[in-house]
This record gives sequence, structure tokens and C-alpha cells, in this order.
Amino acid sequence: MSTTTRSLDTTATTHMGGREVPVDTRPDVRASVLLLAQLAPPPRKGVTRTPERPAGTLWLMVARLLVLILIIGGWEVAARTGLVDAFFFSMPSEIWATGVIAVTQGTVIADTLYTFSATLSGFAIGTVGGVAIGLSFWWSRRYALVAEPFVVAFEAMPKLALAPIVVLVLGIGMSSKVAMATALVVVVQALNTYAGVKAVDADLTRMISSLGATRLQVFTKVVFPATLPWIISGLRVTIGLALAGAIVGEYIGSTKGIGRMIQYAGSTYEISLIWVGIGVLAALSMVLYGVVGALERRFLASLHAAP
Amino acid sequence: MSRLQAENLTREFPSPGGSSVVALAGTTIDIPTGSFTSIIGPSGCGKSTLFNLIAGLDRPTAGRILLDGEDCTGQQGRVGYMLQKDLLLPWRTILANVALGLEVAGVSRKDREPLARRFLSLYGLGGFEDRFPAQLSGGMRQRAALLRTILFNRDVILLDEPFGALDALTRAQMQEWLLDLWDDLGKTVLFVTHDVDEALYLSDTVYVMSPRPGRIIARLDVPLARPRKPSVVTSAGFVELKSVALNLLGERSGEGVAA
Repeated sequence: MSTTTRSLDTTATTHMGGREVPVDTRPDVRASVLLLAQLAPPPRKGVTRTPERPAGTLWLMVARLLVLILIIGGWEVAARTGLVDAFFFSMPSEIWATGVIAVTQGTVIADTLYTFSATLSGFAIGTVGGVAIGLSFWWSRRYALVAEPFVVAFEAMPKLALAPIVVLVLGIGMSSKVAMATALVVVVQALNTYAGVKAVDADLTRMISSLGATRLQVFTKVVFPATLPWIISGLRVTIGLALAGAIVGEYIGSTKGIGRMIQYAGSTYEISLIWVGIGVLAALSMVLYGVVGALERRFLASLHAAP
Repeated sequence: MSRLQAENLTREFPSPGGSSVVALAGTTIDIPTGSFTSIIGPSGCGKSTLFNLIAGLDRPTAGRILLDGEDCTGQQGRVGYMLQKDLLLPWRTILANVALGLEVAGVSRKDREPLARRFLSLYGLGGFEDRFPAQLSGGMRQRAALLRTILFNRDVILLDEPFGALDALTRAQMQEWLLDLWDDLGKTVLFVTHDVDEALYLSDTVYVMSPRPGRIIARLDVPLARPRKPSVVTSAGFVELKSVALNLLGERSGEGVAA
């Protein structure tokens, strides 16, 4: 800092932002301040922000319903007027009729349950296995360093390409679908859990060690609880993967399931039935997402619960 | 009750050039049973290195650490310690956090929880037992962290800038609270800080450290009568000690000291 003493009579004023401001008369200071006044824009006048009003629930429902009607109605009209080829794209009325027949006379409900249980089994096995692998990396750094590239390589590999081998080995029954779902879930959850383990605050483990905790106590009282939010948020990703794995398993070879139904409908040009299958899958995945999302919210709420 | 001594402690860290950096050189301190001792110094003076060595988190290159004459160099769990970060587990209530040491030691829930409740209500956290750390102010969280250390029940307690992140007002309250606690429990306390006022107000003895290499350059006894009132900082004795300490810090480090 300069130690030059200043007195009041060495100050002048300049016009800055519409106000008279006293200014130091030392030439370099004065020049800088004047340049700033020229370059910096004055505040804009009359700028106010009106926050968007939050949309009411009823309004939202109506708006969404309108969009849905527009899509389905547009599709129907386009198919009937020949704007899109009804042979390839079918039309909503026909899909609805096919759906009603498939549910009342066909095996859609049994197929849905089959796909549903394959998905859930693979999801459960893959989650438990992935979490166990991810957590196990905490126990030994050396083991983690050896194993990590293999897990990453398996993650990078397109596991759907394994489906023909899996079906050949395990047969066209439920086990090959569960295996496909598991394969997709296990790697993602393992890497996700490991990322959570690595993110545990080292000072927390140091703190509990300073209280005399054993390695097992460090694990159960700090590492696992700290990793839980990571595991739970991984579930929302892996539930979709489990469904995809089960479907692909059914495409390759199966006697039951929505995937087999779509595959069969495709080979017999029953486009409406394909759309029924897609509709069922969309509904199924929405239910699964909903359940997992609710679980996650409930968990997070209990984590930060106010007493 | 424990007397804490460090004899000729030295810690060198290898540096990329092949030589080594001396973080702590030949440090000898003697902290009598039940006394309150502070270590002050600018950053980089080896305060935290010394702290880590005494806590058993690091091993010295040379020298040893004695507790009541017994060599415990490199041993963990012999002393209780606390850092500037409160390190409360966010998913546990304050009660469960404070009782963590007892839980780890295998004390049953029905024995440890009533005891933890008693300490919480004795030392200003009554009514907060079932709150989560995120619901408490910084000062409250530091109280909980210190009570966790107290319930670990070691005779020697190391505090590494425990109030460093608190605002000045909360800090003053915490200093008085700490003195009350120390008065009641008679622990041997080693307090690390870079705040001269804090060190002099709290301590019986203040060691002044200097960087490059980290070493102790002075030992100041603080003969001010206890119990101390906050107004003691304006007394002639305090002001004189403070100027001595600031001079010691200023002339050695040459880069000013945060107070």
C-alpha cells in the first residue's frame, strides 16, 4: 500500500452511474476511475422479475391428458388417411382391440408375470452381488487394484451380445433370463457401490478408528451407512437394465414372456401385437420405476428425518 | 490422570528432490497431569505434525512419546483427540454420535445411552439428543464432537484448532464452556491453535512454535489466576504476555500472524 497522505482538497468528483462521486486526484487513479465509468454500463432501469406461478395439479393432469389424446388421435387419423402406413405402424383402435383379445383369450397376463419375475430375480441377485463386490473392494486396496480393470472391462463389453451363449448354456427356461438381467445389473451396481466406498470421508474412518473401532466396526458403522445412498440411487438405473436383460434373453430363445410375444408377433407380421407388447413393457417399467423411486424417497426421508 | 511428555521428537518427510523436509525438529515438551497447555504457531510450523505423532496417527523419525513415563510412541487409542471438523456421523442422532466410543467398546445400549444423556444435559446439549447433526449450529456440533471425545474417557485430550471454523462470538462461548468442562473433569489437555488470545486465555502453559524447520522456540507460563473471566484479556499481565508471544511469532516467521 502507498503511504502517501491525502487531504480532502485533493479529491474531485466524477459522474459515475448517474451520481456525483468523489475521486482521488492522483492522475493514474483518476484515469482508471474515469475509464471504468466509461466502460462499465450503468444499471438497467425497471428490470423486475416475475416468477412463473407454480402449475396446479389439476392443470397439469389436464395438460398431460390433452397431449396424450393429441398423440393417439393424431396417430389414428394419420393411419386412417394413409399418411402413415397402417401395415407397419398399425393404429390405436386396432392395437386396443388386439390388446383386449390378447388379455381375454391369450397369454399376456402369464407372459407379463413371467417377464416380471425374471426381471425381479435378476435385479435382486445382481444388486446383492454388485453391492457385495463393490463393498469388498474396501477390504483390500491391493485386491481392488487387481480386480478393478476386469470389472471395468466387463462393464464396457456389450453384455447383450452374450445372450446367445447364455441361452445355449442355461437353456430356454427362466434361468437364462435371470442370468441376463443379473449380468447387466451386477457390474453397474458393483462400480456404483465402489464409487460410493471411495467417496467415504477418510476423516470419518480415522475418527472412528481413534475411538478404538475394529475393521469390522469401521465397516458396519461408517463405510456401509455412508455408501447406502449410492447403492439406493443405483437401483433406479439398474431396474431398467434388469428389464432390458430379461427381454433380450426372451428374444433369443424362450417359450414364455413379453419378449417372446413381441419376437413371435414380429415374425408373423402381427404389428398390433408388437405394440401391445411394447405397451405392456412400458407399463411394467413404469411400475418398477415407481416402486424403486418410492423406496428411495422413503429411505432418503428416513435419513434426514426430523424427529 | 496422565502426564504427557514428548522427547526430542523429529519428523522428516522425503521430498521429490531426494533430500528431506524437516517438519518437526527435536521437540521436547512436558505437560503435567491435569494441566491445560497450548501450542501456537503460524501455519506450517509443525503443530499438526506434532499432534498426529502424539495421537499415534504418524510415527516419528526420531524421539519418543511418554504417557506417565511409559513409552507409547506410535500407539493409537491412548489419547482422545478432536479436529476442527466435527466429524459427526450425519445418519446418527446426537445421542448415538456422542455414545459412539462406548458403543465401539462394546458397552450395552442400556448402559451407554443414559450416561450419554447425562453428559449432554450437563454440558448444554439437553433436548438435542434426538436431533441429527445437520439440524445443529456449528457451535453445538463442536460441543457434541468434544463430548464424544470426553466419553471415550482418556486422561489426555488433544484438540486441533477445535474452534477454528466458528465465528468470534460462538468461539468465545465455546472457550468458556471448554474451561468449565476441563475444570469439572480434570483432563490433561493439549490445545493446538494459531490464535494467541485463545491460547493465553485457556492455558497454564503456551509453547510457541516456528516453521522451517518446525520447532519450539519458547515456553510461556501463564500465571493468571483461575477461574478466569473473559475480561482477563484486558489485564496488564495478559497484555504483556500477548505482546511477548506476538513478538516471538512475528520476528521468527516474518510474515505476520493471524490472531
